[in-house]
Amino acid sequence: MSTNTEKEPLFSAKNLRLLTDPLNEKNPVTVLVLGICSALAVTVQLKPAVVMALSVIVVTAFANLIVSMMRNGIPGRIRIIVQLVVVAALVILVDEILKAYVYDVSKQLSVFVGLIITNCIIMGRIEAFALGNKPFPSFLDGIGNGLGYGLILVIVAFFRELLGSGTIWGYRVIPESFYMANGGFYENNGLMILPPMALILVGVIIWVQRSRSRNLIESN
Amino acid sequence: MENLLSIFVKSIFVDNMIFAYFLGMCSYLAVSKTVKTSTGLGIAVIFVLGITVPVDYLLNKYVLTAGALEWLSPSFASVDLSFLSFIMFIAVIASMVQLVEMVVEKFSPSLYSSLGIFLPLIAVNCAILGGSLFMQEREYGTLAEATVFGLGSGVGWFLAIVGIAAIREKLKYSNVPAPLRGLGITFILTGLMGIAFMTFMGIKL
Repeated sequence: MSTNTEKEPLFSAKNLRLLTDPLNEKNPVTVLVLGICSALAVTVQLKPAVVMALSVIVVTAFANLIVSMMRNGIPGRIRIIVQLVVVAALVILVDEILKAYVYDVSKQLSVFVGLIITNCIIMGRIEAFALGNKPFPSFLDGIGNGLGYGLILVIVAFFRELLGSGTIWGYRVIPESFYMANGGFYENNGLMILPPMALILVGVIIWVQRSRSRNLIESN
Repeated sequence: MENLLSIFVKSIFVDNMIFAYFLGMCSYLAVSKTVKTSTGLGIAVIFVLGITVPVDYLLNKYVLTAGALEWLSPSFASVDLSFLSFIMFIAVIASMVQLVEMVVEKFSPSLYSSLGIFLPLIAVNCAILGGSLFMQEREYGTLAEATVFGLGSGVGWFLAIVGIAAIREKLKYSNVPAPLRGLGITFILTGLMGIAFMTFMGIKL
């Protein structure tokens, strides 16, 4: 062992920032514009959104870890293909596990599990971080970005499920007796279930986030 | 023939890649600043989808589905390789994109330089892989149907990106609240366009 290598504690402040930054200031969805593709179609209900978020966290973390371990051995020209193979292998694992243990959710997610492969978060983090950093920080970066993505997913799904069907995680929150059909005054907002509302909700999240941290505001 | 036409129209308007499934959003949001570049990217996507979906269809039919390898020898009839479809599809897509990149570089250097980094990124454009996966999931019967579906999805994506680019060009002259500028308003606009596209829903063809 060479003596001049700096020994860093496992969870130094720098490493912790890798975990927490993507939750707000460097959120992959609302700031870096990554991974929107597969994000929004799975947010009609909370449960598939959470499963999707967990799958993405696992895949990003391990893809970052594996690519970072191989980073000195991958020739630059074919790195995209190598990365895609690593990611695709991980996604196949996740897909098989989902099919085995939560079959109904896996059916609901349909092609979107497969689309984790082309989720820009994963390729983006591999390209931007894992190729130039040691395995452990890359692993943390993967978890952090997965969490940041999951956070947005869960927020959107929470509001869509609550307002769209009056339930959370499948449990009824707004009592049946409130509904018009039962002589009440309440009606579900059908618009929330439709796909475009996910986009508008993300737009609103961006609005809220950028009014709070104004340094994120774009010039035009 | 009517069947093909209905698949084509359906994949453009009803099952629009962007407004109904949010596929290819990353490049859709990043490249839609001017109409010119987004037209180029849109054409590239139509082209790549038009090639990869039929190729992946053949791959799926003759290699990947359960019992598909029977044409090699009857003893392969029980082989089911469908778990390999992600990896095979993405490999086909990555190599096709490489091919398209070389062709564009040779025949249209100006388009090549204006597309820049985005052409290789088509490989990880979710719309492309999504096209193949939807083709597999919806079990199109013939090669022609799969091709038409691929082209239609591409045209739908093209329409969406050119539309939003035109709106964003005009948007420069309007007074958007500061925190919404750029990304936020684009999301909301896409949502509104999506609602407009939903009027096509439920159309039986």
